[in-house]
Amino acid sequence: MSDTVALRLTQIGHARRPPWRFRLNGSDSNWAIAFVVPYAAVFVAFIIYPVAFGLWTGARLSLFRTLFADPLYLNTVVNTLLFVGIGVNVMMVLAFLLSGFFMSRNPWVKTLLVIYLLPWALPGLVVFTSFHLMLVTQWGLLDSLWRAITGLDGPLFLVSQALAVTSTIVAYIWKWLPFWTLIFLAARMAIPQEIYEAADVDGATSTQRALYVTMPLLSNVYLISTLLCAVWTIGDYATVYLVSSGAPARWSDVLATYSFKSALDFGYPDLGFAAMMSALPLLIPLVILLMRRVHVRDLQL
Amino acid sequence: MSLALTAGWSNRRRYRVRHALMQSAAILFALVLLIWSLLPIYNMLLMALDKHDDIFSGAIWPPEPTLYSFQIVVTEGFWYLQYFWKQYANSIYVGAATTFFTLLIGSLTSYTVGRLRPPKAWLITNTAMLTYVIPASFLAIPFYRIMSTYGLGNSLWGVVAAYVTFGTPYAIFIFQQYGKSIPMELDESARIDGASPLQIYLRIYLPLMAPALVAVGTYALLLAWNDFLFQFLLLSSEKNMTVPVALAQFFNSDEAPWNYMMATAIVYSIPPVLFYYLFRNKMASGLTMGGVKG
Repeated sequence: MSDTVALRLTQIGHARRPPWRFRLNGSDSNWAIAFVVPYAAVFVAFIIYPVAFGLWTGARLSLFRTLFADPLYLNTVVNTLLFVGIGVNVMMVLAFLLSGFFMSRNPWVKTLLVIYLLPWALPGLVVFTSFHLMLVTQWGLLDSLWRAITGLDGPLFLVSQALAVTSTIVAYIWKWLPFWTLIFLAARMAIPQEIYEAADVDGATSTQRALYVTMPLLSNVYLISTLLCAVWTIGDYATVYLVSSGAPARWSDVLATYSFKSALDFGYPDLGFAAMMSALPLLIPLVILLMRRVHVRDLQL
Repeated sequence: MSLALTAGWSNRRRYRVRHALMQSAAILFALVLLIWSLLPIYNMLLMALDKHDDIFSGAIWPPEPTLYSFQIVVTEGFWYLQYFWKQYANSIYVGAATTFFTLLIGSLTSYTVGRLRPPKAWLITNTAMLTYVIPASFLAIPFYRIMSTYGLGNSLWGVVAAYVTFGTPYAIFIFQQYGKSIPMELDESARIDGASPLQIYLRIYLPLMAPALVAVGTYALLLAWNDFLFQFLLLSSEKNMTVPVALAQFFNSDEAPWNYMMATAIVYSIPPVLFYYLFRNKMASGLTMGGVKG
């Protein structure tokens, strides 16, 4: 009896005031503060303080002068742009197309998907080390395969700068392609079947279905994924650090590895952080665009 | 009549030929995809199954496959691996602590923002989003410095703190998204019955959030297991190391036994692979806002 009364009361209360507007009384706001304190403490101690510390040590004009005078640094910037520009776009296009392939209801395609996801599941340290050992010297697996097939010696991947940079991009795509394919696959599955049926009734061909149904509906996911992937790729250190470790010499380094090496191996942390900060002009616009996009869609990818 | 029939036949034949062509193209494509996915993994096995450490022999097939290197790893029979199980336990410890604190802090925060709804709650959501979006490596160098200020240098707790920092924003998003499906009426009727916010959190919110907790818990565990940067930066003594730091030691020597290293790597990879496949569907539900941060 009292239960039903309570239920009615809440229903009335619910009808009278919108649920996002009820005021917190004293003890509730104490609870709210107590519940938020752990997150706020973590945020201040491990985000605000390190950022402030980094800005304080890294934002000096003389450091940037040193950076821009370093030909290695300029080369690193070019590598980063290649790594992000080519890596992200090629990966997104491939992931988009492959997600279409994996929509197939064939049982063997489903089995293939399970194997295809393996790179994503494995720790980066493990697979990138394997890539490194596959590429280094003329006796790695790739060169051995090349020799077995053609009878000739294969290329020295980590001696030529162009091949080393290409290898890191390929390794990066190898590791993260399954993840983005899965994102697009989830987005494709969320498209209501009725839309396709309506298109079929109107006599749409499969090309038209792809062009006028799938692509417009996935454009937002595609844009958000590309932006997010670009931001993460700018900060990616694992691939280059392990696959080529900057070889030849330091000519395949990207900004992330350049700054770590400056900070840790060469004992110059200020310069390292300054190098990382020099990615901000690229990073900030991407982040702003991303935040706005995500807000528009209410956090739904 | 007969003309129509033959036309029908040739049409059908053309269709069949096209179908067969499509099929074989798909199979060829699948084969390429299979080789692409498995080649680096095959390379790991090839190296680990070799008894000798002169891995660069140019073989594309293990000449005499043996589990000898796995035996060395499991019995800690090499001086780089003398604390292997201790280090494995450290990795599990870091993973478990990261998972626990990410879930605790994430769920408390999202409960407050989504349920208690204090004024200025959007501030929390936005700071969390910004933390999520910014690459963790941007903070690595300052982290290295401040951890010793906090007395967390060369401590597993420093590593846990770093992962909790980067794991909670994702947790907050997923919990808030998922929490929208739990009706507010439940909270309100519990309030009228006199429950405190803590009781509502423990008795109503957490049990109903179970699927989201599993998804985010898996994410946090794998974040800690699959990253290595913060472990490299913050851990240095052998007994305090995790497996990734121990693996990196192999690069320091000139004549590293790559077969032992690859065997160690494979043993270390088994838990995440199992987790991915066990919780793949659960994780897919949480994938909408990005799964594993690189």
